[in-house]
Amino acid sequence: METFESVKQSHAEGDGHGFDRSAIWRTFWILLVITVVELIVGMFIAPHFHSLKIWFNVLYIIFTLAKAFYIIAEFMHLGHEIKNLVMTIAIPALLFIWFITAFLWDGNSYKNLKNTYDPYSLERTTTPVQKTAPAHGHEAEKPGAVH
Amino acid sequence: MAQTAVAGKQRWWDGGKSPFNVEYGKLMMWYFLMSDAFTFGAFLISYGTVRFASNGWPDPNEVFSSVPFMGHAHMPLVFVSIMTFILIASSVTMVLAVGEGHANNRKGVMKYMILTIIGGLMFLGCQAWEWHHLHEQGAWWGRNPFNNFDGSPASTNFTNFFFTITGFHGFHVLSGVVINIIMLIMTWKGVFDRKGHYLMIEKAGLYWHFVDLVWVFVFTCFYLF
Repeated sequence: METFESVKQSHAEGDGHGFDRSAIWRTFWILLVITVVELIVGMFIAPHFHSLKIWFNVLYIIFTLAKAFYIIAEFMHLGHEIKNLVMTIAIPALLFIWFITAFLWDGNSYKNLKNTYDPYSLERTTTPVQKTAPAHGHEAEKPGAVH
Repeated sequence: MAQTAVAGKQRWWDGGKSPFNVEYGKLMMWYFLMSDAFTFGAFLISYGTVRFASNGWPDPNEVFSSVPFMGHAHMPLVFVSIMTFILIASSVTMVLAVGEGHANNRKGVMKYMILTIIGGLMFLGCQAWEWHHLHEQGAWWGRNPFNNFDGSPASTNFTNFFFTITGFHGFHVLSGVVINIIMLIMTWKGVFDRKGHYLMIEKAGLYWHFVDLVWVFVFTCFYLF
């Protein structure tokens, strides 16, 4: 009970830098600026460079992880907790690295297998719909040739 | 806490003290949020897996290009950026409420809790509009009117994942608003003043920030990629 009281006490007194308003507003501005940059890239820059899409995605991932870090460390206050607590959250979260790598790899492999062994599926999913794709008129004869 | 953390010679696991140096309920909230993170993670990763397994996918700049009261103006990502801003702003007011709780300032906590609740309701309103608009365009579970980037017909995977994941997130926002309203009433009734601390506000705050955190990932996965 004594221990709990001391925990409560230390929280009730505030731990100095933890809830300093300027740090909160600084985090807010960082999150806002990152989001605005993401939107500018997504709206005005990325649509002009379709071939570089994967690099824009890498950029979005970096921005997203930066935002996640600031929300967890500052807003959720984890950056100001003791190492034991940080590690009990951070180490299980590392499972996501395996989780994401394995599943996306598997999805990609499934696509390659389908495209290799199921030509009908490949054609059906890569042939533009005629009525809504006037810009792809030169490709529109393909479905006609097959059907 | 600052002193104990800095000292470093503390033997946290020798018993007699709280090894995580937080109150029990707060630690359990962190563990709950971990499990919730894995639920959302499973959703988003299954979305990623299906997307990696597809030859084409709709262009978010085409799908999410409408803004209320702007008619058919083509304004990609504008509305979702407003939603993102609302959620970030409500996270800030939530932190400010927690800060007021540290100062045991009941009026301050109530003010910022009300602002946080308003932010949550605004976000839900925006999401309701977005769902309604997409539904009017013919999108729903099992129905997808949008073609892929390259003009080929898209499967319903896109709409199924979109409505399921944003719906699951929206349901979390709704629960968060309900929790915040309960916290507001408890603050107003003076429950935390009688207890002598506002730790419940911190726990509700953790949940609220988590909802914001998930939105950051949903935003990237659906609207940017």
